[in-house]
Amino acid sequence: MRPVAPITELHPQYPLEEQPACRESQPFMEIDRLSLHYGEKPAFQDVTLAIAKGCITALVGPSGCGKTSFLTCLNRLTDLITGCRVSGQITIEALEVLAPHTDVIRLRRRIGMIFQKPNPFPLTIRRNLEFPLREHGIRDRTQLAQMIETALREVGLWDEVKDRLDSPALALSGGQQQRLCIARALVLSPEMLLMDEPCSALDPLSSGVVEDLIVRLRGRYTILIVTHNLAQARRIADDVAFFWIHHGAGRLIEAGTVTQIFEEPRDPLTAAYVGGMRG
Amino acid sequence: MAESMKKRLNMCEGLAFVLVWGTAALVTATFCWLLGDLVWHGLSHVSWTFLTAPPENAGRRGGIGPILVSTALILGVCLAVALPIGIGTAVLLAEFTSDHSLFGRVTRRSLDVLAGVPSIVFGLFGNAFFCKTLGLGFSILSGGLTLACMVLPILIRSTEEGFRAVPTSYRLSAAALGLSRTTTLIHLVLPAAVPGLLVGLVLGVGRAIAETAALIFTSGYVDRMPESLLDSGRALSIHIFDLSMNVSGGDANAYASALVLVVLLLVINSTVSRLTAYGLQRKIMTV
Amino acid sequence: MTSSRSNTLFLWPTDRLLLWLLRGLAAIAGLIVVLIVAFLIVEALPALHHVGVLRFFTDPSWHPAEGFYNLTPMLWGTLFAMAGSVLIATPLGILSAVFCRYYAPLPLARPYRRLIELLAGIPSVVYGFWGLVVLVPLIGELHPPGPSLLAGILILTIMILPTIALMADASLANVPQQYIRGAAALGLPRWATIRGVVLPAAKSGLFTGVILETGRAIGETMAILMVCGNVVQTPSGIFDPIRTLTANIALEMAYALGDHRAALFVSGLVLMAMIVTLVVSAEWISRGRIYG
Repeated sequence: MRPVAPITELHPQYPLEEQPACRESQPFMEIDRLSLHYGEKPAFQDVTLAIAKGCITALVGPSGCGKTSFLTCLNRLTDLITGCRVSGQITIEALEVLAPHTDVIRLRRRIGMIFQKPNPFPLTIRRNLEFPLREHGIRDRTQLAQMIETALREVGLWDEVKDRLDSPALALSGGQQQRLCIARALVLSPEMLLMDEPCSALDPLSSGVVEDLIVRLRGRYTILIVTHNLAQARRIADDVAFFWIHHGAGRLIEAGTVTQIFEEPRDPLTAAYVGGMRG
Repeated sequence: MAESMKKRLNMCEGLAFVLVWGTAALVTATFCWLLGDLVWHGLSHVSWTFLTAPPENAGRRGGIGPILVSTALILGVCLAVALPIGIGTAVLLAEFTSDHSLFGRVTRRSLDVLAGVPSIVFGLFGNAFFCKTLGLGFSILSGGLTLACMVLPILIRSTEEGFRAVPTSYRLSAAALGLSRTTTLIHLVLPAAVPGLLVGLVLGVGRAIAETAALIFTSGYVDRMPESLLDSGRALSIHIFDLSMNVSGGDANAYASALVLVVLLLVINSTVSRLTAYGLQRKIMTV
Repeated sequence: MTSSRSNTLFLWPTDRLLLWLLRGLAAIAGLIVVLIVAFLIVEALPALHHVGVLRFFTDPSWHPAEGFYNLTPMLWGTLFAMAGSVLIATPLGILSAVFCRYYAPLPLARPYRRLIELLAGIPSVVYGFWGLVVLVPLIGELHPPGPSLLAGILILTIMILPTIALMADASLANVPQQYIRGAAALGLPRWATIRGVVLPAAKSGLFTGVILETGRAIGETMAILMVCGNVVQTPSGIFDPIRTLTANIALEMAYALGDHRAALFVSGLVLMAMIVTLVVSAEWISRGRIYG
């Protein structure tokens, strides 16, 4: 067994200005005709989409069009929901995500997830990060401490909490909690982050801080973010995928770069949605 | 006309007010009467010697030492069997079973029925199964096992409630971090579910320690100090029953025993409710 | 990504192992009821065979030594004691919950609820003992002999009152606050709100409470055994002594043999049937409320 490499080695700290460009030609994840049903009721149908490596892809669309359900398929969190059926294909490099023999635990290590409502565990700040690491086989105290510090620095929380690492995480403010959750995902050095409206439960100020953080993560992680905030999508995303409800089920209407979707949308629905929100 | 309606309304309100307060007063008075009676007649007999000495002259004199030991042993056997089965079932029902699965539905339904089974029927069953079929005879083991069957539903119900009260977000975020369900269960869900578990434990202990009918034909009447779990042992509640029904002149000691039993129940009850209120919050936060 | 092999891979079998362990435990818990019914039937079979179902209702009397097995007086005893106590305890229990939620000032409501909880925890043998030494002599002065259906009803009432009171309290707590605010906004006074809005909204919870207390009243053994006199007869008034099915088992099990013992298991089966009927109707009521 080889110890997991600390994230410092994998991701040297880039200053804000010198982000590595996202490599558009290289898709990280390919989704092919993915559908999800809750019982008989479809949540979304026939979504085919490629997610570019190192880029921020925003999923936009009205409520109830299956964006969140779509996210939960990608790290197989749907396994926990009884009565839901997923069909289609998701591939990461050579890995078939939906194949029954896929090691879901390894998969979820590679794909971190941030939820809409900050959900730190009811433990101390330190234990929130330490607990998952320990479970993934890292026992060495100094290594643990170092990884925790790196992750907290990366989300800009270190200076705020370094003196009270052993106080309950639930005592932090909403924005801090959300950044702690991001740190908790980053500490496992994932390749991809799924974010389900990470800013929508926060006040405008904390929301801005988290948004800046997401931008800083571009290039090092492939990020898929669900957002209701079109302005935010336009600010931070490289690519945009637009969902719409069609015959009671969510469908992918159009996907493209942020400029293409906002400036020259091909589908009239997209145009109306983007235009309506703008005007 | 509006005036007369208003009057009638006022009369209704007044009558209801009297009824509701009257009921509360009646209930409180009955409770005070009962408890006061026990304390009044029982307290003078309760002493350290009473708690430790063996009963003499069929219990008319002497104490309840061996009886307390038997009661504790029966309770111990009951919990040792009921806790693992109860917690395991509760975890399965709350964490791993959907509400619609056949296994879950059947188990839950059968537990509902089990909760309603009269204690005397448990006594019949315990006598037929543990004493006769398994050959354990009238013994502390038979009594404890019978009680275990009896407290299971209540233990499972409140433990399950405890697990269901744990927010789903813990499970989702733990899964998203690639933690196995076993780990999630042991490190996150179980500590958060401890209050429910404790409530179940208290209710179970309360029911077991108060039980008489299920024990008459399973653990028996013998009031000597038990030497093993296969000995017959008399539980405190049976002692009270026997003294008041079958032993003339046993009332004084019956009062004292009843007081001991009630105080025991009150102590267990309030200790754990305090535990639930203070200790756990800290434990969950800092572990 | 580094192909780091952590201990996570080995957790999968753990999960599966845990699941099977839990299933085993749950199967034990679920099977107890089946086991109980099976043993009751097996032990009751000799009597059902030799005596037959009909004779439990048509024999001249209950004299097992002479081969007479009429259960009806005991059945009536159980039913009368149950009906009487449920009729008294239900309104008292509901009013007591109403007191707790809507009438009692805050510093009183909490200790009162605690008191009800304590009452619920007092062992039936203690209630029985108290009934025997306090209540029975009192009734004896009023109308000898004292041990009677009335004593049984009163003791049962005190015993099951906490059950219905706690259930009613819980279901009143579940009544949505906006109903009450809505009624208050209409200027309705307190009792009118409770009668017109709160109680109807809490109906299904109250029904379940009544069913639960009925079950407790049917199954109660010790207290009723201690205060009812235990004469096998169909009572003609509330001062007559009675014997219930449960008391009969407790009294005779110690020395019963052969068909007599089997006949006691038959009465156990009868009790079981009553309880199953109650549980099924309770589920039917709550289901009816959810979907209807």
